[in-house]
Amino acid sequence: MKTYTNTGNKDTRSGFGAGLTELGKTNQNVVALCADLTGSLKMGDFKANHPERFFQVGIAEANMIGMAAGMTIGGKIPFTGTFANFSTGRVYDQIRQSVAYSDKNVKICASHAGLTLGEDGATHQILEDIGLMKMLPGMTVINTCDYNQTKAATIAIAEHHGPVYLRFGRPKVANFTPENQTFEIGKAVHLTKGQDVTIVATGHLVWEALEAAKSLHDKGISAEVINIHTIKPLDSKAILDSVTKTGCIVTAEEHNFLGGLGESVSRVLAQHQPTPQEYVATHDTFGESGTPAQLMEKYGLNADAIENAAEKVMRRK
Amino acid sequence: MPNTQELQDLTTQVRRDILRMVHKVNSGHPGGSLGCAEFFVALYQQIMDRKDDFHMDGIGEDLFFLSNGHISPVFYSVLARSGYFPVDELNTFRLIDSRLQGHPTTHEGLPGVRVASGSLGQGFSVAIGAAETKKLNKDNHLVYSLHGDGELQEGQNWEGIMYAAANKVDNLIATIDLNGQQIDGSTDDVLAMGSVKAKFEAFGWTVVDIDQGNDIDAILAGMATAKSLTGQGKPICVLLRTVMGNGVDFMMHTHAWHGKAPNDEQLEIGLAQNAETLGDY
Repeated sequence: MKTYTNTGNKDTRSGFGAGLTELGKTNQNVVALCADLTGSLKMGDFKANHPERFFQVGIAEANMIGMAAGMTIGGKIPFTGTFANFSTGRVYDQIRQSVAYSDKNVKICASHAGLTLGEDGATHQILEDIGLMKMLPGMTVINTCDYNQTKAATIAIAEHHGPVYLRFGRPKVANFTPENQTFEIGKAVHLTKGQDVTIVATGHLVWEALEAAKSLHDKGISAEVINIHTIKPLDSKAILDSVTKTGCIVTAEEHNFLGGLGESVSRVLAQHQPTPQEYVATHDTFGESGTPAQLMEKYGLNADAIENAAEKVMRRK
Repeated sequence: MPNTQELQDLTTQVRRDILRMVHKVNSGHPGGSLGCAEFFVALYQQIMDRKDDFHMDGIGEDLFFLSNGHISPVFYSVLARSGYFPVDELNTFRLIDSRLQGHPTTHEGLPGVRVASGSLGQGFSVAIGAAETKKLNKDNHLVYSLHGDGELQEGQNWEGIMYAAANKVDNLIATIDLNGQQIDGSTDDVLAMGSVKAKFEAFGWTVVDIDQGNDIDAILAGMATAKSLTGQGKPICVLLRTVMGNGVDFMMHTHAWHGKAPNDEQLEIGLAQNAETLGDY
């Protein structure tokens, strides 16, 4: 089984910051807007290097999204930065009308997504944002898994014309994908080859899926782990090809099972190849305060939960 | 450049377009549209420095954003009669497969429209963003926008109004259609806003009053004043006092025709009050 090395824990939001710094040098049309969370979003370097292209809007997310839509008129490529909750739910109608329906080239970059935001609790832990964003016609939805991939995705979305929701997080997590990788929007990444079960994971759950695959391997179970960084458009072919081999699938995400990656996968399977599926996700609940590790344990979003789901779904074949 | 009589003739024709458009599909918003007919005609025929062909990026020309998208009939009529698309296309207003959606959108590719509007309160932010991009592009042209007064009840406006003053967005002229009416009644009855002028001034904007908002010459003079005040570190707000339903006597001074179409008889009365100056579509 192919294994991956953690080159040292890093936060995905710093990957975003590094990508934005790179874009600042390479793409003069990139502008950044932030709603009073420059440090949290790691936008400080961009601000320092390109003050004329950095727009501090204050605690006013609706105005930030509308301004970003307006800034595209004249050729700018705006990247907005705030927490995932304030990037989506708070400004849904602004995104819907001024960005998505208006076909504006805005990149909505959202940190602190999901439970791993931790101690701040449920007011800030959005678990519905993937669903909100994927329902918008024309919106691309990306949830990256580590620092390197987030940096690559940040750079890649500047080259993609159209609205994008880029979701990442707060905690330091394993950094295991290649440095300076090419990020291909909508293209799944096969991490391990397997015959017995498919594990499709996104965001912070990708590393957990690899850990689960190792445990399963020790039990003689061969798991095929696929990193679905792009939830929309979904790489349906990668999923269907894999379940043709394995006959069952686990989806894993730091999101509500209603509206998330799992439901997108279910739709593809129901339409083309009905397959037993288990969901590693939150189950229609809000989060709460705690450390990221405690929360992921309590809400069943770690390697153990994925391993259990894999064994369960295999019994349903 | 057209003279006042020519602008007046176009305004009369635009009123006919508005009435006929909403009558045909028995839906749409004639009241606010009629009230802003003079403003749109003056803006597109004289005030704005604009290119004949439409480019979304609008580099090297003035831009306009309509925030209160429900007055799409006047917007569409003036865009068509300013050459952005064939006047005959006004026939398709609100019909299936039309580029002239109930509320304006870029989605169907209608020339002249740069952002969707209809869900209220979003136009300030978009206009401010476009104005910031003009500054980045070192494009000295201006950004114009129009907003309803009732629309100012939406909170997002005030986020943008605060931003624009704090960041000296002085290449923006935002006009408020101060007709004092909204769907449920007068703005004072529905949610009294107090002095709109005092509010904008308190937020750090320069305010220009146009008391006769249905008088072409008054509009031209007021907007010239507004333009002369740009580039001085403050965004400009124009308070345009209009009469809802202007030019059709039974539609004036009431909120009743905010979103109601005239019947056949009412259409004939309205058209009789507005002569066919340039030819109906």
